[in-house]
Amino acid sequence: MSDSEQTQVGPVQGRFDHIIYVLRSNPVTLIAFAMLAFILGCAVLGPSLVPYDPLMTNASNALQAPSWAHWFGTDNLGRDVFSRVIVATRLDLTISVAAVAMSFVVGSILGSIAGYWGGWLDSVLSRILDTIMAFPLFVLAMGIVAALGNTIENIIYATAIINMPFYARLVRAEVNIRRNAGFAQAAKLSGNSDLRVLAMHIFPNALPPMMVQVSLNLGWAILNAAGLSFIGLGVRPPTPEWGIMVAEGANFIVSGEWWLAVFPGLWLMMAVFTFNLLGDGLRDIVDPRKRT
Amino acid sequence: MLSKAPRLRAILLRVAQAVPVVFGVIVISFLLTRALPGDPAVYFAGVMADEKSIEETRVALGLDKPMLQQFFIYVGDLAHGDLGQSVSTGRAVATDLAKRLPASLELTLSALLLAIAIAVPLGVLAATRPGTWVDHLCRVVVTAGVSLPTFFTGILLIYIFYYLLGIAPSPLGRLDFIYLEPEHITGFYLIDAALVGDWETWFGALKQLMLPAITLALFTLAPIARMTRAAMLTALSAEFIRTARAAGLSSKRVLYGYAFRNALLPVVTTLGMVFSFALGANVLVEKVFAWPGIGSYAVEALVVSDYAAVQGFVLAMALLFVTLNLVIDLLYAVIDPRIGFVSR
Repeated sequence: MSDSEQTQVGPVQGRFDHIIYVLRSNPVTLIAFAMLAFILGCAVLGPSLVPYDPLMTNASNALQAPSWAHWFGTDNLGRDVFSRVIVATRLDLTISVAAVAMSFVVGSILGSIAGYWGGWLDSVLSRILDTIMAFPLFVLAMGIVAALGNTIENIIYATAIINMPFYARLVRAEVNIRRNAGFAQAAKLSGNSDLRVLAMHIFPNALPPMMVQVSLNLGWAILNAAGLSFIGLGVRPPTPEWGIMVAEGANFIVSGEWWLAVFPGLWLMMAVFTFNLLGDGLRDIVDPRKRT
Repeated sequence: MLSKAPRLRAILLRVAQAVPVVFGVIVISFLLTRALPGDPAVYFAGVMADEKSIEETRVALGLDKPMLQQFFIYVGDLAHGDLGQSVSTGRAVATDLAKRLPASLELTLSALLLAIAIAVPLGVLAATRPGTWVDHLCRVVVTAGVSLPTFFTGILLIYIFYYLLGIAPSPLGRLDFIYLEPEHITGFYLIDAALVGDWETWFGALKQLMLPAITLALFTLAPIARMTRAAMLTALSAEFIRTARAAGLSSKRVLYGYAFRNALLPVVTTLGMVFSFALGANVLVEKVFAWPGIGSYAVEALVVSDYAAVQGFVLAMALLFVTLNLVIDLLYAVIDPRIGFVSR
């Protein structure tokens, strides 16, 4: 163990330099990291920093256009839209991060097993994945949440289930193509166990596309949760959540009160946009082909 | 090295493998119908039901029988095309779905065609000029596309083109009420109107279709362009491309003959996922634009807890999508000789 620690000092230092190098050559990724920090800040500190209680109604102050007192205006019950949008960040992030973490771990394990050993294991797993993927995913999520009950936990489970096959399939394909590659056979011949070859030599090759998938999925998980609450599933009013706020604001858009739907929508878009930008940026950082 | 026979066997095997998938889909839909919150018998008996009528409903629906037997009854009903009765419309769910399906297909297909026509050239362009401002621009535009929540884009487009500019028709359904519905031939308004030569209705339908189709295309465009770019980048950095260049092949031939052909594999795989996204996003777009397709049917059913209609919708979407996945996998096996344990 001790000599592997020593040899790791070099690569870690190299990787760090590489990250600096990539960030300097690619300002968009830097912006994405800054936006991520901002969003995380909103999620952690937001509820204690917002100027108004997100649930406090005030009928005499309803449907006010954006002003200095209310940056994003007020909704039909006189609640401050800005406070509601910021407070909602924590809930939306929690749902998507929990769901994606679950599907990443389960998907990686299942996909590696299926891709490396093949045989009946692969057939069975592939059939199960095919069955999940055989549903248009948002539709399956609708079905699962409708059947299991209308709670936030069920939204997380539904999102994790519908994301898992992406990871499993990706890992399976990457592992499958490489499992008889020269470097894998060399590692095998020098006495590594199957599990070690799989985990240390083959699986890391799947990481670059996985990283892109994770960031895409985080964005998509937020979209998914917001979409479900937009059609009336999952989070319930008056809880501040971006999807519900857009749905409630949609009723006022044809009469010109645009701020009710536009600000939560923009915030939602910005969050998803950040994760998607980050995905491409991470790809440049982890892709060994770009490392010189 | 690869003769035709193992390839054919792999294809036949893949077709045979679709059978368990359909079976799995039916099992999952069955479980979803039985996993309703609370007692389904209480729900189907209605609000006014007492102990006795709940028990009668339980027997009538076969809910008192063992699970396995219930499953066989469910499969038997499916074989007759019976998806149950919709509580809210009072008609058979299968009839409702069949009537509304063309509207959904027309919307989804026109959006997908629009998206592919824009996305594939965009991805190739970005990949062939990496690091330039074109690449950065494409990246931002494409990333913005996939970040747009479809329901939000739709609302924004309505606000701009209907409320502010007044050039879009009111976002209510497939055809303004001043036009007569074209004669039912395929159910696709654009095709039906063109077939009978009614161009006024055709333009009317096109105007209604425009905003929802653009909304959906903006969303589906991004994953296609993204994957095209990524796949092209990977293909272009491969050694056989360097060899091809070194051998003096023209850059056009290297790009389209070798790189693009290899890049097509992940793109084709992505199309399956994109179709899945599109069918899901379709539900949201239909709700925003009051489009009378199966998506808005399911949302309406969800609101009034009409579970038979929701589960029928989920199953119908899944069966539609299984067929599509099968076609894509067959395509994949034909293009890529590395895939498939059978031919190894």
